[in-house]
Amino acid sequence: MSTHETVPEPKFPEKHYLNAEYGIRSWLLTTDHKRIAMLYLAAVTFFFFIGGFFAMMIRLHLMTPNGYLLTPDQYNRMFTMHGVTMVFFFLIPSIPAILGNFLIPIMVGAKDLAFPKINLLSWYIYIIGGLFTMWSMINGGLDTGWTFYTPLSTVYSNSAVAPAVIGVFITGFSSILTGLNFLVTVHTMRAPGMTWFRLPLFVWAHYATSLVMVLGTPVIAITLALAGMERLFGLGFFNPAMGGDPILFQHLFWFYSHPAVYIMILPAMGVISELIPTFARKQLFGYHFVAAASLAIAVIGFLVWTHHMFLTGQSTYAAVAFSFLTFVVAIPSAIKVFNWTATLFGGSISFDTPMLYAFGFLGLFLIGGLTGLFLGCLGIDMNIHDTYFVVAHFHYIMVGGAVMGYLGGLHFWWPKITGRMYPEWLARIAAFTLFIGFNFTFFPQFLLGVMGMPRRYHMYPPEFQIYNVMSTAGASILAVGYLLPMIYLTWAAFYGKVAGENPWPATGLEWKTQSPPLTENFEVTPVVTWEAYDFRNRPDLGLDVPGGSGPRIVAPAHGDD
Amino acid sequence: MTTLFFAVLVTLLVIFAGFKYRRRNEKEVGDAVSGNMALEIGWTVIPLIIAIVIFAWGAVLYVNYRITPKDTLDIYVIGKQWMWKLQQPNGRKEINELHLPVNQDVKLILGSEDVIHNFYVPAFRVKMDVVPGRYNTMWFRPTKTGKYHFFCSQYCGTNHAVMGGWVTVMDPAEYATWLSGEAGAVNPVSAGEKLFSQLACVTCHLANGTGRAPSLNGVYGGKVLLADGSIVVADEAYIRESILQPKAKIVAGYQPVMPTFQGLVTEEQILNLTAYIKSLQSQPVPAKGAGIALPTAGKK
Amino acid sequence: MHRTGTLYGQFKTLEQQKDTATLGMWIFLVTEVMFFGGIMLAYTINRHTYFHAFAMGSNTLSLGLGATNTLVLLASSFTMAMGVWSAQTGKKTLISIFLILTILLGFVFFGIKYVEYAQKFHHHLVPGKSFDIGYCAHNPSKCEDVDVKELKEEGERLEEAQKADPDLQAHAQLYFSAYFGMTGLHALHMVIGAGLLLWLLKDSVAGKFTAEWNNPVDIVGLYWHFVDIVWIYLFPLLYLIDRHK
Repeated sequence: MSTHETVPEPKFPEKHYLNAEYGIRSWLLTTDHKRIAMLYLAAVTFFFFIGGFFAMMIRLHLMTPNGYLLTPDQYNRMFTMHGVTMVFFFLIPSIPAILGNFLIPIMVGAKDLAFPKINLLSWYIYIIGGLFTMWSMINGGLDTGWTFYTPLSTVYSNSAVAPAVIGVFITGFSSILTGLNFLVTVHTMRAPGMTWFRLPLFVWAHYATSLVMVLGTPVIAITLALAGMERLFGLGFFNPAMGGDPILFQHLFWFYSHPAVYIMILPAMGVISELIPTFARKQLFGYHFVAAASLAIAVIGFLVWTHHMFLTGQSTYAAVAFSFLTFVVAIPSAIKVFNWTATLFGGSISFDTPMLYAFGFLGLFLIGGLTGLFLGCLGIDMNIHDTYFVVAHFHYIMVGGAVMGYLGGLHFWWPKITGRMYPEWLARIAAFTLFIGFNFTFFPQFLLGVMGMPRRYHMYPPEFQIYNVMSTAGASILAVGYLLPMIYLTWAAFYGKVAGENPWPATGLEWKTQSPPLTENFEVTPVVTWEAYDFRNRPDLGLDVPGGSGPRIVAPAHGDD
Repeated sequence: MTTLFFAVLVTLLVIFAGFKYRRRNEKEVGDAVSGNMALEIGWTVIPLIIAIVIFAWGAVLYVNYRITPKDTLDIYVIGKQWMWKLQQPNGRKEINELHLPVNQDVKLILGSEDVIHNFYVPAFRVKMDVVPGRYNTMWFRPTKTGKYHFFCSQYCGTNHAVMGGWVTVMDPAEYATWLSGEAGAVNPVSAGEKLFSQLACVTCHLANGTGRAPSLNGVYGGKVLLADGSIVVADEAYIRESILQPKAKIVAGYQPVMPTFQGLVTEEQILNLTAYIKSLQSQPVPAKGAGIALPTAGKK
Repeated sequence: MHRTGTLYGQFKTLEQQKDTATLGMWIFLVTEVMFFGGIMLAYTINRHTYFHAFAMGSNTLSLGLGATNTLVLLASSFTMAMGVWSAQTGKKTLISIFLILTILLGFVFFGIKYVEYAQKFHHHLVPGKSFDIGYCAHNPSKCEDVDVKELKEEGERLEEAQKADPDLQAHAQLYFSAYFGMTGLHALHMVIGAGLLLWLLKDSVAGKFTAEWNNPVDIVGLYWHFVDIVWIYLFPLLYLIDRHK
């Protein structure tokens, strides 16, 4: 319609949060939420690669049925440390502590979070918890499984249990403080005109996540404290030899650890809720329903924990009740998937890298979520509980879902964070590599589970070998898919094309600040007068909106131009 | 099936939309559609109904399963790190093996001596946690003769992956014969070697000396230093005592963790095991792990 | 972010700052409820399963000391509330006085707790190798700080309990695990509270709190009251099991 205008190349801003102050003290003592997000980025990436190293050892070892690479004890430590590192030091903090910290104040139109010093404290707590856990690793590691079931962890294990338990206990407080900060910020720091229902769904998702963080994490804290005291001082709550009950530990542990998986996935869903409207240039279908679904997931998520314990010998009534609730909790997630899909219809879809990650999320989260229902179904669970089916299920959600959301978000907001664009074609290749590698790694594991291969096995009967080899092959491709972004995103931060304020363009408040933003985010407090994702009422975006709100103008048929 | 249906449906919809609504020019925006109450209610209620149906189906199966039939063959099962001890109703004990008659309801009563284990028979589609401090039960009815793998399916430490065995389902007549005695005779050393593995001796008495128990290479006929400082000769009686009353004589440098096999082995089996251990006399003694070296004259 | 007077840079008004800090403290207290809730659950389940052992353990505690501590904490909550009132009405000197009183009462609580814990050590009631629930009943000469009549009742209760529960020692250890766990956690929170009060005192003495700006006193007050409420739960749960003989 319009002739191609020459748009001047954007200029890199002179003053921004990265060059506001120099020196290590300005980073280690910062209270700027954006710098703290970068501190988290460095720390979380470090732990991601440590967890990835353990994963590599697991897959290499499992190529042969008799496991030539590691001794049984070494293998058991590998899978335990993989789980502990990935769950507590990567999945739980990643999106909230990096993207959430960076974006939430800007998205609500504030200068910073409600409690900037507590934000910095949460990073230090994370680091200290990480150091304790690494101390455990250096002392030979932990071999109890990331689930720390008693009495194996408190009485029988010969590994460095105590430092790891202390490390995870400490890191929990980082989570609690982050959640507290987000909840209060969203309540009291919104800019004028930024009503609850104009908030980006990323914020809603983090609000729901923060509810879970704040209510759930203290329970794992006290559980680990009691388990630690049992290990160190012989307290007996979970030790049958002293009249304690190992199942009590499981109840307390899973009361947090189930909602924890919603801490891991809700932020990723929040990212997807930003990516799909942006790259379909269309309002999110069913905004209110998606917001409500986030809250519903957070609340109902607290009511399903016993589905991890169906086979402990619990009462049939309990099992039936929790199975029912497990099916119910799947419904809000389904509602979200349908709404995201519906957003695509009638949109103007582009296939930039963040959108590729969003598509990947849709497919893989769907499979992961649906296979969760298999596990929640009492008739089926008896066969697949504690087999590779479970392993495949949660990796589909965590890696296929949460990590895809994380990478999609990193790519989407990289221009805002660094002021520079990443190389698009290389990024697309990496996204495809990741998707293919992921499916090759984890799909065979569904089959292994159904065939009967139990999990946490350092050796296995030979009939399971073919799928294990396939899985390891996939893992090597997956590793490439992770290494590539690490390399090119770092490169792009220094040498990428200057992005400008709003390269996509997208509708959030964060895209109305310079890239990278000023330390105080906004020169003048914004006043919000538009709805979220309202591409048709944002003349500042420079898009072609046909007059009025009629149906889309169809491109001329061939031969007409 | 439902999973496949929804997975395929959404995938196809996404691919279709991605194609049909792909961006055709740089400044294009999407339509002004942002919601539809009918759709929202539809795709909330219909999946909820499907979910409830699937839940109910599974729950009914499960609730019915939890009603154990009345006339069952009761087997007592003890899991411990890292072996299974199974006892038949007439008292006959097995290790890592379970012999059963076909077409008979079987109930397993599961207990643990140490940590949480899980008894899993993939072919029978059943598993149940084995929790210390309580008894759990599970039941099944084998309908075909054959050998079926069973596994420990709750992580329990170092040798969790090796802690399994075989369920052998036999004709009732064969089962009765088996229940009352041994099968034919075999060469004692190879019978003993088989037993040494079947009874899981090999998990602790590693030949290379790195296990929890001393290597048995070169032990028979030699002198053994005990924890209390005394020295004994490793003859047939010593071997027999070590199998039946392992806490009577503890080798120096080792912990008293060996379980007793009293009631789990017949005299014939003890003879076979002894024959096997005798055959290890000429095997290379590992540098470490064959017990603490006896004091040589003049040195400490 | 720069601070101008009492207003921190990320806030637009003092009112927003006050609302934010107050909401933050309330949410934090909710996390504390969940934290204590876990150990309360463990206590509840074990008390239900091993009632005799728990009753036995509870009756070895000194009702006098426990009740005194309860009154001490209630008084300290009163002085804290008076401190908040003084701040709200701009009575600067009174703020400091009430804060000092609250801290002093806190230290009285610690003192009494110390006496109780020391008693437990001497009476072999700390979970571990030397634990013996019947120590005082069987060795009255070693437990001279316990009233003779109470010792006799303890002996009788011990006999009954041992008949009802053959594993009494192990289960009584569970009671004392709960006792030390819960009171220890509570004491830790009080130490933190005392620290917060000292910090407030420093600012109060410097005259920083006025009728317009006294939010820190308010929210530390919230914390202190919460710690007090936890004790109000702990006292009956730990001290008053089966006392009505």
